[in-house]
Amino acid sequence: MTERTQSFTLFQRVLHWLMAICILAMLFIGVGMVSTVMPKYVPLLVTHKTLGMAILVLALIRLVVRLRYGAPPLPADLPQPMKLAAVASHYLLYAMFIGIPLIGWGMLSAADYPIVLYGGIRVPAILPQSDFLHTLLWNAHFYLGFALFALILMHIAAALFHALIRRDGVFQSMTSQRFAFRTEPE
Amino acid sequence: MAQTPASLRSNLGSFALIGIVIAVLAGAFAYTAGFLSPGRLTPKKVVAAFAPASGPALGHRRNHAKGICFTGVFESNGDGAALSRAAVFDRGQYPVLGRFNLGTADPNAADSTVRVRGIGLQIATPEGAVWRSAMINAPVFPVSTPQAFYGLLEASKTPEAMKAFQAAHPELAGFGAWASRKDWTSSYAEEPYHSLNAFVFVNAAGHEQPVRWALIPAAPAVTISPDELAERGPNYLEQEITERVRANPQRWTLRVTLAEPGDPTSDPTKAWPQDRRNVDVGTLIVQQIEAEPDGPCRDINFDPTILPRGIQVSDDPFPAARSAAYARSYDLRTAETKDYPRTKTSTRP
Repeated sequence: MTERTQSFTLFQRVLHWLMAICILAMLFIGVGMVSTVMPKYVPLLVTHKTLGMAILVLALIRLVVRLRYGAPPLPADLPQPMKLAAVASHYLLYAMFIGIPLIGWGMLSAADYPIVLYGGIRVPAILPQSDFLHTLLWNAHFYLGFALFALILMHIAAALFHALIRRDGVFQSMTSQRFAFRTEPE
Repeated sequence: MAQTPASLRSNLGSFALIGIVIAVLAGAFAYTAGFLSPGRLTPKKVVAAFAPASGPALGHRRNHAKGICFTGVFESNGDGAALSRAAVFDRGQYPVLGRFNLGTADPNAADSTVRVRGIGLQIATPEGAVWRSAMINAPVFPVSTPQAFYGLLEASKTPEAMKAFQAAHPELAGFGAWASRKDWTSSYAEEPYHSLNAFVFVNAAGHEQPVRWALIPAAPAVTISPDELAERGPNYLEQEITERVRANPQRWTLRVTLAEPGDPTSDPTKAWPQDRRNVDVGTLIVQQIEAEPDGPCRDINFDPTILPRGIQVSDDPFPAARSAAYARSYDLRTAETKDYPRTKTSTRP
């Protein structure tokens, strides 16, 4: 038995893969820069801040696009717990894409650091200096960063599970324009 | 999906592949974070190395812990504009926030016990750019690399280790000769402060000029021995600068030294030849002193990589290392505010 599964729109797919690259780079740069005192610390920090702002903008665009165009339905035979995990993890991912950069921005603001991106672009502070807020946001940024990485690993594992084991078209909905065909196990 | 033992077996390769992908990603992440490299010099280690055996002074900067805030202006004479396009070198007056400090991890150290005096400086320009700098009175730095600096911090904890370190690091001699001199001054206002690290000025035409800079005091130095300073009390310097500035604003000339090709920009232990061209770009005027607990400098990290457009880091490895370590110190101390209360009326530890 075969069944058609819709794909995400081209714009959604481009956004997804662009953000995938940015966010993975971002997470690696983040843990790398805070554990080094080498000269690369300075360019890594600028890259981290610039990518963070880029991800925030892309995530907001993506949220609007998602609300406008939606997502292809999950396969009808996907077990309920998996469906729930899929839906919940996507809410969490969107919340983190928007929340973590905002928290980072707030954290730098609360430390009274000038926020300067690539090319000398200056970004205004969104909070006044505050030791309390800085500490709170620093911890949130740090732990949510690790949580996001864990969530992304689960996302990749699930995507590969759909691609290699279930072969149900869910993975293809983010990779190709053509309608994917899902085959029920015999 | 109905998962039968047969389908599980046939999918074993796929499950293994998924496992490998996830393990490789997690491993790469752990490696990048330094979890697999206990030998990596991290900001955490550098900052921890400053702490005395009894532990760090909570709530305070982990080095240069004793200090006092000031405000004032930087009066730019316009002569730096040919060297750097930073707005701070356009003729004019720009607000300054700063901090005089002693190079010690102990906020209660007696003035006479600390050879290194420093200044933290922030100059803001109207278009929104901020320049921060942290400078000290020593003309050269003790060691050439952050790794060696960490070694120095560790070695300084025991005399035997220090002896071995000195033998292995002849570049210490320049700093050592300065540090052992007994002609100290009795005022923050009489000290020169040196950038030590080399930076790069970029002008409007895009020309890059490696530089170092220094603040040259207008106040003549009245020398004093450490013993004489001890007799004046443990906090003499803060009292003295408060009274002196109350009576008269204090001035320093900001002098930029231009490197010539081949001058060592990556090694702050090496002074540049005396005949290098200097450009005096303006005057720092310190107008008001404020105690640190409620002062405006308290919440500022004088990170030397916070630079306006027109000033960049050079191949000197220290500004990046200092930036990383200062951030760690800032993160720690701002989480410990309760140990260093803000109001003057509260009890200080």
